[in-house]
Amino acid sequence: MRPFGYLTPRDPAAAIAAVTGRPGATFVAGGTNLVDLMKLGVAAPDLLVDVTGLLPDQIEPTAAGGLRIGAGVRNSDLAADPRVRAAYPVLARAVLAGASGQLRNMATVGGNLLQRTRCLYFQDVTKPCNKRDPGSGCPARAGDHRNLAILGGSPHCVATHPSDMAVALAALDAVVHVEGSAGPRAVPITGPLGGLYRLPGDEPDRETTLERGDLITAVELPPLGCARNSAYRKVRDRASYAFAVVSVAAALDVADDKVRDVRLAIGAVAPVPWRARTAERVLAGRPATAQWFGRAADAELAAAAPLPDNAFKLTLARNVIVRMLCELARTGPAGAAPAGAGS
Amino acid sequence: MLALVTTADDTSSELTLMVNGTAHRLRLDHRTTLLDALREHLGLTGTKKGCDHGQCGACTVLVDGRRVNSCLLLAVMAREAGITTIEGLAAPDGELHPLQAAFVEHDALQCGYCTPGQICSATAMLGEAAAGWPSAVSASLTGETGPVTLDAAEIRERMSGNLCRCGAYVNILAAITDVAREVP
Repeated sequence: MRPFGYLTPRDPAAAIAAVTGRPGATFVAGGTNLVDLMKLGVAAPDLLVDVTGLLPDQIEPTAAGGLRIGAGVRNSDLAADPRVRAAYPVLARAVLAGASGQLRNMATVGGNLLQRTRCLYFQDVTKPCNKRDPGSGCPARAGDHRNLAILGGSPHCVATHPSDMAVALAALDAVVHVEGSAGPRAVPITGPLGGLYRLPGDEPDRETTLERGDLITAVELPPLGCARNSAYRKVRDRASYAFAVVSVAAALDVADDKVRDVRLAIGAVAPVPWRARTAERVLAGRPATAQWFGRAADAELAAAAPLPDNAFKLTLARNVIVRMLCELARTGPAGAAPAGAGS
Repeated sequence: MLALVTTADDTSSELTLMVNGTAHRLRLDHRTTLLDALREHLGLTGTKKGCDHGQCGACTVLVDGRRVNSCLLLAVMAREAGITTIEGLAAPDGELHPLQAAFVEHDALQCGYCTPGQICSATAMLGEAAAGWPSAVSASLTGETGPVTLDAAEIRERMSGNLCRCGAYVNILAAITDVAREVP
């Protein structure tokens, strides 16, 4: 590991200035991914700027009726918060589905959003990787890609975003508050016109729309009625403590057997948390039936370009979407627990 | 947390680690993890290095009462916090912590390498459940806000960050279940 300096600035402005002014500098909070990448030689900062004491670490109600989650809130505290559990169960479920008790105690909300892909080639400095070493190539398309992207990839990169939390936030229309040298701004996690995350295109090394020195300070959840009837389903190779093969975050409001509101996002299928807007449009006002849920899933997945070893994700994603929406159509409002929520 | 007096170019810092109630003044390279500080600088070798990448849980210690992977925590970021390791769990007179006694009673280990991490993790896990924290297998997030009843599925899920390559899980589960029953 490369030797590095370590600073604890007095305030966010000083932290932003420290990172903005030094190309090798990076923020550190929970450190669960960054320290690992430094051990692997994938990340080699020459200065860590510790923001753990600077970031808001509270969850507060907003005037609009939503919640504002400080970027320094630990994942475990987010999942345990009674307001999150009641109004946004999909978010609590997603966080609880990720990592381990130890890691959730360390990891922050801001850091969770910015964690890097677990693509084997990205994490192995002896292999080419366009994300880690632009222009060096991507062995994944012809190599090990079983758990890589079927949507949103490019010839240059088919890595998947590893976060569970971000999938729920994508479904919930969360907004990321950012401070930078140009002042504060708000960016949607995913939006029709873009958001926090970028698709890889021919620049897979650029994963977000953040600029050097930008610091995520909070994540805001808008009020969302259908979120009370929401769930997260994660399919993985082990019963616990493994990254998703496919995951789905869903919220559903049904009235008179028709879909009044639906939010859907898919994880582990794309380089970004994949908001399924096409499926949502198909379902608007339609009967809340397995047939329509399947049509919606098919419409969303029509754009998929799977590789030989991950085409199974198409069927898997469709099945999980249909089953989850069927369950949410039955459970109705008031935060009832979906059967098999822990799978 | 107290700010350190360092410049951006210093690659080491002088800091205090508070471990099992004792303050240790150290100068550490910033690259030093808490795990390596404990083992290599303080001689506290009860905390084990397994994978060194946050995947096995052998390095689990408590920082301000919370379980963390000490292999992924830089020592400089743990300064001034209250750190508890397996060496600090037993009473001063040597009486074992209830989880230590239960692991002995149930033969909850084979090679023993993961055991300090298992016990530290379980110690904090019992506190999390008592505080009402849900898990991925909790049936409802909204029904109960009080302490969580720890059945086998809950314990397995909550302990999934601690691997045991010997596969002593059956007896680990029994040991933790015993202690969980005694905790109000």
